[in-house]
Amino acid sequence: MRFTKLTKPGSVFLAGLASLFTMPAVHAEYALNMTESVTPIGRQLYGLHMLVFWICVGIGVVVFGAMAWSIIYHRKSKGAQPANFHESTTVEIIWTIVPLLILIGIAIPATGTLIDLEDAKTDAEITVQVTGIQWKWKYTYVDEDISFVSNLAQSSRDVMKDPIGNENYLLEVDEPLVLPVNKKVRFLFHSDDVIHAWWVPELAVKQDSIPGFINDSWALIEEPGTYRGQCAELCGKDHGFMPIVVEAVSEAEYEQWLVSKKEEAAAAASAAEQEWSMQDLVARGEEVYKANCSACHGVTGAGIPGAFPAMTGSAIINDPDPSAHIDIVVNGKAGTAMASYKGQLNDVDIAAVLTYERNALGNSVGDTIQPVAIKNAR
Amino acid sequence: MSTEITHDTAHDEHDHHGPAKGLMRWVTTTNHKDIGTLYLWLSFIMLLYGGAMAMVIRLELFQPGLQFVEPHFFNQMTTMHGLVMVFGAIMPAFVGLANWLVPMMIGAPDMALPRMNNWSFWILPFAFAILASTSFMEGGGPAFGWTFYAPLSTTYGPDSTDFFIFAVHLMGISSVMGSINIIATILNMRAPGMTLMKMPLFVWTWLITAYLLIAVMPVLAGAVTMMLTDRHFGTSFFDAAGGGDPVMFQHIFWFFGHPEVYIMILPAFGVISAIVPTFARKPLFGYSSMVYASASIAILSFMVWAHHMFTTGMPVAGELYFMYATILISVPTGVKVFNWVTTMWKGSMTFETPMLFALGFIVMFTIGGFSGLMLGVAPVDTQYHDTYFVVAHFHYVLVTGALYSIIAAFYYWVPKWTGHMYDETLGKIHFWWSTIAVNVLFFPQHFVGLAGMPRRIPDYSLQFAEFNQISSIGGFAFGLAQIFFLYIVIKTIKGGVKATDKVWEGATGLEFEELPSPPPYHSFTQAPQVK
Amino acid sequence: MSSATNEEYYVPHGTHWPIIGSIGLALTVVGIANYLHDTWSATPIFVGLAIIVFMMYGWFGQVITESLSGFYSKQVDATFRWSMSWFIFSEVMFFAAFFGALFYARQYSIPWLDGASNNDATAQYLWPDFEAAWPLLSVPVSEKFNEATAVMGAWGLPAINTAILLTSGWTVTLAHWALKRRDSTWLVYWLFATVVLGFGFVGLQGYEYVHAYQDLNLRLDSGIYGSTFFMLTGFHGFHVTMGAIMLTIIMIRAAKGHFTPENHFAFEAVAWYWHFVDVVWLGLFIFVYWL
Ligand code: HEA
Ligand code: HEA
Ligand code: HEC
Ligand code: CUA
Ligand SMILES: [Cu+2]
Repeated sequence: MRFTKLTKPGSVFLAGLASLFTMPAVHAEYALNMTESVTPIGRQLYGLHMLVFWICVGIGVVVFGAMAWSIIYHRKSKGAQPANFHESTTVEIIWTIVPLLILIGIAIPATGTLIDLEDAKTDAEITVQVTGIQWKWKYTYVDEDISFVSNLAQSSRDVMKDPIGNENYLLEVDEPLVLPVNKKVRFLFHSDDVIHAWWVPELAVKQDSIPGFINDSWALIEEPGTYRGQCAELCGKDHGFMPIVVEAVSEAEYEQWLVSKKEEAAAAASAAEQEWSMQDLVARGEEVYKANCSACHGVTGAGIPGAFPAMTGSAIINDPDPSAHIDIVVNGKAGTAMASYKGQLNDVDIAAVLTYERNALGNSVGDTIQPVAIKNAR
Repeated sequence: MSTEITHDTAHDEHDHHGPAKGLMRWVTTTNHKDIGTLYLWLSFIMLLYGGAMAMVIRLELFQPGLQFVEPHFFNQMTTMHGLVMVFGAIMPAFVGLANWLVPMMIGAPDMALPRMNNWSFWILPFAFAILASTSFMEGGGPAFGWTFYAPLSTTYGPDSTDFFIFAVHLMGISSVMGSINIIATILNMRAPGMTLMKMPLFVWTWLITAYLLIAVMPVLAGAVTMMLTDRHFGTSFFDAAGGGDPVMFQHIFWFFGHPEVYIMILPAFGVISAIVPTFARKPLFGYSSMVYASASIAILSFMVWAHHMFTTGMPVAGELYFMYATILISVPTGVKVFNWVTTMWKGSMTFETPMLFALGFIVMFTIGGFSGLMLGVAPVDTQYHDTYFVVAHFHYVLVTGALYSIIAAFYYWVPKWTGHMYDETLGKIHFWWSTIAVNVLFFPQHFVGLAGMPRRIPDYSLQFAEFNQISSIGGFAFGLAQIFFLYIVIKTIKGGVKATDKVWEGATGLEFEELPSPPPYHSFTQAPQVK
Repeated sequence: MSSATNEEYYVPHGTHWPIIGSIGLALTVVGIANYLHDTWSATPIFVGLAIIVFMMYGWFGQVITESLSGFYSKQVDATFRWSMSWFIFSEVMFFAAFFGALFYARQYSIPWLDGASNNDATAQYLWPDFEAAWPLLSVPVSEKFNEATAVMGAWGLPAINTAILLTSGWTVTLAHWALKRRDSTWLVYWLFATVVLGFGFVGLQGYEYVHAYQDLNLRLDSGIYGSTFFMLTGFHGFHVTMGAIMLTIIMIRAAKGHFTPENHFAFEAVAWYWHFVDVVWLGLFIFVYWL
């Protein structure tokens, strides 16, 4: 659906009103209804949703119909004389029992669906641990020794003032989660800081990730494709900017992806052994900083007074002895929003961002931090 | 038999049966009408304040992209909007109505504890001043939603959180004292012959609401107290590292929070039950079942709280239980709706402004109730939860429910209070303008919610653009309609056609049948005899 | 539930005490919040509290004068009774929140951290070394908290305190009986005994806290056990202190001859309050110390 600017207020009112009355009819064209899912459980949810919806419509027709009838025919201006009945135990009992029966009719399928929905463990073939972190997701393939962080893509960050025309604005990440189709995937949700919620409508998964506890949920994706979602629990400033992208691929492609991921990790490990130049570190550090740190400390390093300290002129950064600087980024500071980055960034990235902070953002300490220093600090 | 009132002799110098003069009249008053007026004005100011923040929200959401405010500020707007509307606009409005109406409806001279009544009110301006001041503090005001989930509000909360906590404490003290007063008045001050089962439904629903308030406000106080100690004194109620649980916060909060939403709707049911019979010229159908239904709703409301937590990973048995209990509330609520419709059936209806708002209430509250039922179905709620579908749900029950009933009550009783009729044409314009706008505002939110738009986000992806734009335009129109309402209110207070004592042809109840318009300063110096 | 009455209902005209009380309350809480952030000294808190005390003194003084002047009819008395009952109910609900936290931690969060119910992964991946127990001495992240070394037993001081409170509930009843038979001497004696027991309880509780901090390292920041222990017993102790102060005032009023067998609601209200404090203690004794 393309974004069109609605100019005339009148047409907007009409569009609004029209949408009131055409809800079920046009849902194929406009996204009026619940997203249809690519998992079996999602299809069950959709069915249940439509069932309850139509029940409500039915009851609505009866109740509002009776009301409309009175409004039209029992009005004083038409000479209606008021009757005087005001009690009937029989009808009270009827309109207690009938809704009760309807509710039982809803509760029975809902119970079955809920039990299926909550059974993530049985026959799970792949387990992915999902960690919510202000404001990104970290994915760990539990049996594969693969782990990476997924951030909002730079392409979305760049156009926030005027995103019109940007495809998948706010729904694009730098590294998607890759999953094979037709396998039951068990997700383990957990958070490093506040409560987040991982939600991909097409997978019909929405589960809170809570610090200190692990929740699970599952999906069996039946169609390959790219599925997008967002964090669904208010988690602070950039809650609106922590999207999720799932690439569902065939099993063969998935295997291939696993291999390439492992190679990447090995390459990164050897890169960490090398001596890096200041220029390379600063260049790489800028990217890392933008993706990981700027949300709090600001793109220019100004921070937000009272909430997030400025990087520009920070005493810790400008201290010629880098140990405190290394420590706060590697280990974070407990009880504050400053998280530990040792689980999120590799040695090179941390070394790069530290060097960047020391030599940019208005600071000029003039030294470099080498990846080995980070390795030792871990 | 009669009830006479006595006064303290110290005040003999001035007129017993009229108010003192000047500003101090309002500060020191113990009169239920004065205090009712104070509450109603506070609530209107808060509606404008909370509404202005809603306008900021709708402005930022008018198009995709970040145009007007920073995300952190946006979150503060959402949070303060919710808090101010719930605690500042809706609740005080109902307390104001109770102050004005309960003594008149049961034939009492005043509230049972007039001095405490004054205190209940005068805590609130301080509480809201403290709450509002947080917006100007370093680090910003509360930005964690009106539900202030831990640990976002504890470990990660801004410094101003502590001021917010104490503001909530003060509001709690005020509500508990106000409720005690209302209960004592209703149970102890009824005129001879006014048995419980003869009380107007507004009185009944307020009696039940007052119980809910006394039961849950202290729990909220406990929740914020735990937040305070977690933040400053090293306790670990909401911290798994010490054996607590962030989700425990949600349980305690919603044990308060769910009854709270019924606190905001039960008095509304009472208002509608007064207005519909008057304009249908037919007695309320099923009075006693209405009483029992209200009580059932109140009792059930204590047993359903975790339907706000279906995605927190509760054990399945818990989710099933909370689903069943939640959808069960539709039954007594349905009884109320059916009784109103049957009251209209074969009546002789006219459609003055209060009736229009009451009819609007019935239709749109029911729509909100239907979406509530959908949310109550636990497995599907995992998809609705924290989306605009929920936002649409609760604005239908709160704005076109609670707020509409308050507006209806204003039109219905203002001729009694002031002795002036409001301007009927303006009232009708207000109704139609508001009703069209409010549906343009909130109906599309169902669509974006179902299509996947989370709530509490300052910016969204392009696919939601059209409906958000429509919604924003509806929002601005609805906001302007309430400015127009302010004009109607002031105009009516200043003057207007003289209202008769009975005001409405079909009106019943002591306030219409036994008292002049406007009523004397002390409503019933002689208790009426109720047949 | 009286509805019919031919008595007079006293409606006071104007009062400035509430606004003074509001100012006091607001100053106190703003003072505390600023004190916590080191922006203000503690002085505003005390000024605020002093204003509240002044307000209570004035307000209650006025009510007492009115009561002694016979302004209050039976119906006013009934209002006071309803109000006090529901006030106590609100207090019950305040404690319920903390008891709720205690039960939740014991029944749910601690076992869940150890893998109970649907939390197998929680234990497996996050807290492999954690073992559920109550009272919980070693918490999941021990570095973050001051872990207690031992549990506060039930059968030492707490049992003595139980006996003290139960006795005080009895003495206040004896005082009531004395009042009913117009025996003002024993009324004051029994009240005095109650006050002594009340403050004695508070003193022993204070001693127990010192013991907890010094010998057991059981502190407010010892994890959920310390949190629930100190918050519950602390709020209870605060209520006992308030109750004992109120009893002291009642004792002074009794000595001045303010109460008659027909008209002594202030006495009864405080007695109710005292029984409420007593019952809460039983709950504490059973669930915090004993089980
Ligand atoms: C006045 C306030 C009010 C009222 C009256 C209600 C009424 C109901 N609410 Fe709502 N609710 C809120 C205010 C209110 N709610 C708020 C503020 C939130 C969001 C809080 C937040 O997260 O910020 C919320 C959120 C909320 C949720 C959580 C959603 C989520 O976050 O995932 C749920 C889930 O169960 C729910 C359910 C219900 C139900 C079942 C009712 C029922 O009482 C409705 C009953 C009424 C009817 C059903 C219609 C009339 C009945 C008939 C005509 C009879 C026949 C009908 C049938 C048999 C179906 N509500
Ligand atoms: C209790 C009652 C109540 C009422 C009456 C309202 C009224 C309105 N609400 Fe709100 N709302 C809540 C309770 C209420 N709300 C709650 C509890 C939340 C959840 C908060 C949270 O997530 O934590 C919420 C959240 C909420 C959101 C979601 C925010 C988010 O998730 O980020 C939105 C978005 O559109 C919204 C909009 C509105 C609008 C447009 C109105 C309008 O009806 C307001 C109309 C009134 C006025 C506008 C005032 C009069 C006008 C002026 C003062 C001048 C300005 C006028 C113009 C510029 C035209 N509300
Ligand atoms: C979620 C918000 C957030 C993010 C993201 C974040 N920080 Fe921080 N950072 C903080 C906060 C809050 C503090 C202050 C902690 C305190 O109270 O001392 C802080 C402190 C610091 C300090 C010490 C500053 C001083 O003068 O005290 C440095 C250096 C730092 N962060 C670097 C980084 C780097 C590098 C990154 C990215 C890799 C990063 N931060 C990402 C929130 C964040
Ligand atoms: Cu993470 Cu919202
Ligand atoms: Cu609810």
